[in-house]
Amino acid sequence: MQKKVFKGRVVLPGNTSGEAVVTRQGLNILASYQKSALKKAKRVICADQNNPDLYKKDLTDKVICLPLTIGSTTGGMVLETAVQMGLGPRAMLFAEHIDSLAAAGLVLSDVWLKQRVITIDQLGADFLDAVQDGQTIEIKEDGTVTVLS
Amino acid sequence: MIPVKMELTPEEKGILEGKQGETLQKVMESVVLYGEVFGAKRLVPLDGPVHLVTSFGIPLLKPVFELMEELITNNLITQERFTVDPRPLDYANVKCNPLEKLVFKIMYGKQNEYEEQLHKVGLKDENAFSCTCYQPEVGNTPSQGDRLAWAESSAVVYANSVLGARTNRNSGIIELCCGIIGKAPEFGLLTDEGRKATWLVEVKTSQAPNAQVLGSAIGMKVVEDVPYITGLDQFLSTDPTAATRDYLKDMGAASASNGAVGLYHVENITPEALETGRHLLANNYRTYTIDDQEIERVIRSYPLMWKEAAAKPRVCFIGCPHLSLRQLGNWTEAITGALVKAGRSKVAIPTILCAAPDVINAFEKDQSKYQQLLATGARLTSICALMYMNNPLCAKKPVITNSNKLRTYTTAKFMLDDEILAQIVNG
Repeated sequence: MQKKVFKGRVVLPGNTSGEAVVTRQGLNILASYQKSALKKAKRVICADQNNPDLYKKDLTDKVICLPLTIGSTTGGMVLETAVQMGLGPRAMLFAEHIDSLAAAGLVLSDVWLKQRVITIDQLGADFLDAVQDGQTIEIKEDGTVTVLS
Repeated sequence: MIPVKMELTPEEKGILEGKQGETLQKVMESVVLYGEVFGAKRLVPLDGPVHLVTSFGIPLLKPVFELMEELITNNLITQERFTVDPRPLDYANVKCNPLEKLVFKIMYGKQNEYEEQLHKVGLKDENAFSCTCYQPEVGNTPSQGDRLAWAESSAVVYANSVLGARTNRNSGIIELCCGIIGKAPEFGLLTDEGRKATWLVEVKTSQAPNAQVLGSAIGMKVVEDVPYITGLDQFLSTDPTAATRDYLKDMGAASASNGAVGLYHVENITPEALETGRHLLANNYRTYTIDDQEIERVIRSYPLMWKEAAAKPRVCFIGCPHLSLRQLGNWTEAITGALVKAGRSKVAIPTILCAAPDVINAFEKDQSKYQQLLATGARLTSICALMYMNNPLCAKKPVITNSNKLRTYTTAKFMLDDEILAQIVNG
């Protein structure tokens, strides 16, 4: 089995593994999550018409690999709500520095809900070049991310 | 206590250690952790009230209601009275059928309860519901250099760019936490370094581009970076006129929703560009040139989300973000003029103009213009059009708008102002 290993900065540490879903453009949290969250859906199906990488894909409990998040400042709160509903991502892996919307949602989940979404950032552009939808990702608490193909 | 690298005052440390209660400890922990992620070295006092993005009582937003309740139980309120985004509903002016009302009743089932919570934690007043809190009629208008903790992407980008205040693009609840402790972590757009432009955007169009399309193009290209925009001074007044401010309001909102722009500089127009000019450009900046072809390409790239592409529009929303007083007057003139020209007296489709409650109150004082608008059949409201479109039944309707933000988050079709006007008049 081929492995590709990356090292990023630990934002919220933890060990986990899961299935990758990858966007090479910014993840618009509100546009992606609001439809499923408002419908009390059991899964989050990405509803962002402007994101061809993710549109109509299942984001629930996935390891979301992304450059950063974009869009409305309700984003962090929407993400926190998805986490409380059990619809949040298993982990978020940012190629770039985490942005303020995602950081807020993930910090609020951690502090107020005591529910952690393991988060690593600054994994670099190479990470997004290497990872594909459906691949298994292993994450270690020291920020090591292994892409298994 | 969490391990912290940030330099905190003894009082801040005490709060973080829980000496003033568990809830305030969590408030402080949220703000500090959030700042730590961005390498903030300290917390700085806020120079003005916060602006909240969460204005809607959607029962599913349980974490918000629970947190608010905990704040209220522990008598925690913001240091200054705050403003908040628009309300979601106004049946008097935005007509809904019984089925749509039923869905809204479920969707926003906690609206009254939530508004009570907002009042208890420090809401300014009953009229404080608008995404354009910075309009003079509303009164949450910061001065240049003020350090803030705002949410609402369109308000953040306006405060930073047009007014020269300093706020990061804070997400919902974090801004409230900052308002409670009266401080924000110092990073990003609160620092001189974070306000440097990493993109030079050259506008080389043959005429002033539509503000909403220009903002969309910039947002999609620079994403969260800071652009320094040249070429707009040939089309816009370099004095801070209401017309220039309105153009920048709409351009900024599109750049913030189509990307994540929190600050832009416009050469010879915005305050920091006036003071510092191209010294605002960081080393190794990238360049993006926008000409007529690029504007056309961006417009063509917008997907149409209607079920039937040729459907007749059933509702038109104008004012996302909310219209200014000047824009309300201009739309009144434009709609009236187009109707007269077409030999008609009423708009052909329900046309809804959105503005802040205080702006509408000011507009009503000019009774002749106010009555002129109402005579066309157009309606005035202070709701958020996006929240209306969140109702799946409303989302199925062919809705048209001149807002790129509304297009981005809903099924509404974007049209240029002239196209919108033709649809309003002719159906």
